[in-house]
Amino acid sequence: MQFTRRSAILAGAGAFMVAGLPLRAATKADEVIAAFTGGAQIGAGDITLTAPEIAENGNTVPIEVSSNSAVEILVLAMGNPTPNVATFKFGKLAASRAASTRIRLAGTQDVLAIAKLEDGSFVQASSTVKVTIGGCGG
Amino acid sequence: MISRRDFLQTSMAASAVLGASGFGNWARLAAQQSLTQDQLLQFDTFGNVSLIHITDIHAQLKPIYFREPSINLGVGPNKGQVPHVTGADFRRMYGIQDGSPSHYALSAGDFEALARGYGKVGGLDRVATVINQIRADRPDALLLDGGDTWHGSYTCHHTQGQDMVDVMNALRPDAMTFHWEFTLGSERVNELVEGLPFAALGQNIFDAEWDEPTELFPPYKFFERGGVKIAVIGQAFPYMPIANPGWMFPEYAFGIRDEHMQEMVDEVRAKGAELVVCLSHNGFDVDKKMAGVVSGIDVILSGHTHDALPEPVQIGNTIIVASGSNGKFVSRVDLDVRDGRMMGFRHKLIPILSDVIAADADVASVIDRVRAPFQTQLSEVIGQTNSLLYRRGNFNGTWDDLICDALLSEREADIALSPGVRWGPSLLPGQDITREDLWNVTSMSYGAAYRSEMTGEFLHVVLEDVADNLFNPDPYYQQGGDMVRTGGLGYRIDITKPQGSRISEMTLLKTGERIDPAKTYQIAGWASVNQGTEGPQIWDVVESHIRKQGTVSVGPNTSVTVTGS
Repeated sequence: MQFTRRSAILAGAGAFMVAGLPLRAATKADEVIAAFTGGAQIGAGDITLTAPEIAENGNTVPIEVSSNSAVEILVLAMGNPTPNVATFKFGKLAASRAASTRIRLAGTQDVLAIAKLEDGSFVQASSTVKVTIGGCGG
Repeated sequence: MISRRDFLQTSMAASAVLGASGFGNWARLAAQQSLTQDQLLQFDTFGNVSLIHITDIHAQLKPIYFREPSINLGVGPNKGQVPHVTGADFRRMYGIQDGSPSHYALSAGDFEALARGYGKVGGLDRVATVINQIRADRPDALLLDGGDTWHGSYTCHHTQGQDMVDVMNALRPDAMTFHWEFTLGSERVNELVEGLPFAALGQNIFDAEWDEPTELFPPYKFFERGGVKIAVIGQAFPYMPIANPGWMFPEYAFGIRDEHMQEMVDEVRAKGAELVVCLSHNGFDVDKKMAGVVSGIDVILSGHTHDALPEPVQIGNTIIVASGSNGKFVSRVDLDVRDGRMMGFRHKLIPILSDVIAADADVASVIDRVRAPFQTQLSEVIGQTNSLLYRRGNFNGTWDDLICDALLSEREADIALSPGVRWGPSLLPGQDITREDLWNVTSMSYGAAYRSEMTGEFLHVVLEDVADNLFNPDPYYQQGGDMVRTGGLGYRIDITKPQGSRISEMTLLKTGERIDPAKTYQIAGWASVNQGTEGPQIWDVVESHIRKQGTVSVGPNTSVTVTGS
């Protein structure tokens, strides 16, 4: 635990946690979601989000989304200053409706994936990704 | 030693009871039996497959003392569940008699007196005798090493793990998984793994650049034993680049990856596996959760959190076996596998009581050979101890109290921080402290003792961060290990609170004043995961401190107040 600039940045993130809640840029995220769904109800169902429980490096966190029937998947990092990460679009002939990428997370927060399915309905999955100082394994 | 051997009796063997239910009752049967030392290894061979599990040896080639923790708190669904039951409560739970060998081997309490009675534990030459005896019963038994093998001693550090590789090769394991091995640096790990005559497994060891499995660490290996097609799937420690310095092995990524584990289980089942064994370094609570998430695993051989349980824990159709640490135990699991299913099992956690179990001459000679070049350094006496020195416990151990004292005085700091690792044997009052003993509790490839400034606010963030690694109610967010040890700093912790509000009343002990968030303090610590950490090696700092004391004494530590347990 030596305190370099990297630690200091993480410490900044930690300071938010002291407030008792994961990071959340609520207003912006809500706006993006509303624009994507047009205010429609979001259920659970045919959407899978794979993300690490604890990020090995908050600057490049591998995530994957997949769905059998999605035409579009919106990915949001709910605690980032700009929550919008990506929107993946899949055509009818897409052999696999899955996408993976790496995202940067400002601190511990929820990653949210919302899929628009072929029938026009919306489903979502979310995962908490912890960004930690690291320390001392057994 | 014969007299002591004759005196010893054990009831632990009676946990070898057939069945997949009624765990809690086995031990009461056990208490009514008493077995002589000749029966310590007695086991009625069962079924058609035998697994031998050893894990978290931490390079302990020779017999040692090892005190189990008296505080090991569980949170959320694991509150009050094993392995979070200690001392007398643990003994009552399993019907273990006070003062019995099982008491000595498995729980804290009266440790010093029992240690003097029963003697040391472990030693890989004794482990070899046990393995040989199991192989005499079942020649094709699978020997599986759960990792944390190539780390933790003077000789291991100076040979970069070669001593452990040589000795373990003599035991002829069939497969291994990994954790601290990676702190040798990826170049050295790759070199050693390429030369291994057995499988190096890790379904969650990925190439960091492409986020895909590696060739060097395959996810699983098939074995045909007793006419049964067995798949062993490896699960390395998931949080290596976080809990240990990721810059030492930047090519690799880890994580729990339970979806990939499920894919691997499905894949080996599709290929005809009749028995699926997971050789895991997840830690016990993570394994329990994983057993409920991933279906189709018959046996999880659990490592990392150093728990020793006399009976398996069953989650659904999966049994989880915890085999302790530091060479103190070997688990034998016999299985009856028929029609592609595990129909029953018989299990025994064998305590390696070093004075009871004879040393295997061949392996003893390998151990002597790897240690010979370092004998002078190993045996050099640094000082003596008046106190029992041990490490295990959620918040402190006397070894860490001593290390923190050394950091405070040698590095002239206000506050000392020492990592909450769970390896490191114990010393009894009156024993010499040799260089070997000191390295057994400090050796690592990133042992520089830093000195740095920290605000009170940041110190709070650090304690909260580590506390969440231990007390997050979701085991998947736990990294194993214990709370960072503090010297010169007292605090209160409510383990039931969320991150950010567990730690309060932080106090600078030398003045009795509350820590001021805005004020800057001088902090000394070691085992930083950051690259470029500067400072003397921790073993040199502690050696200097011990030499000044001559004989060390460690008083009771009341600096941490725990609530919510």
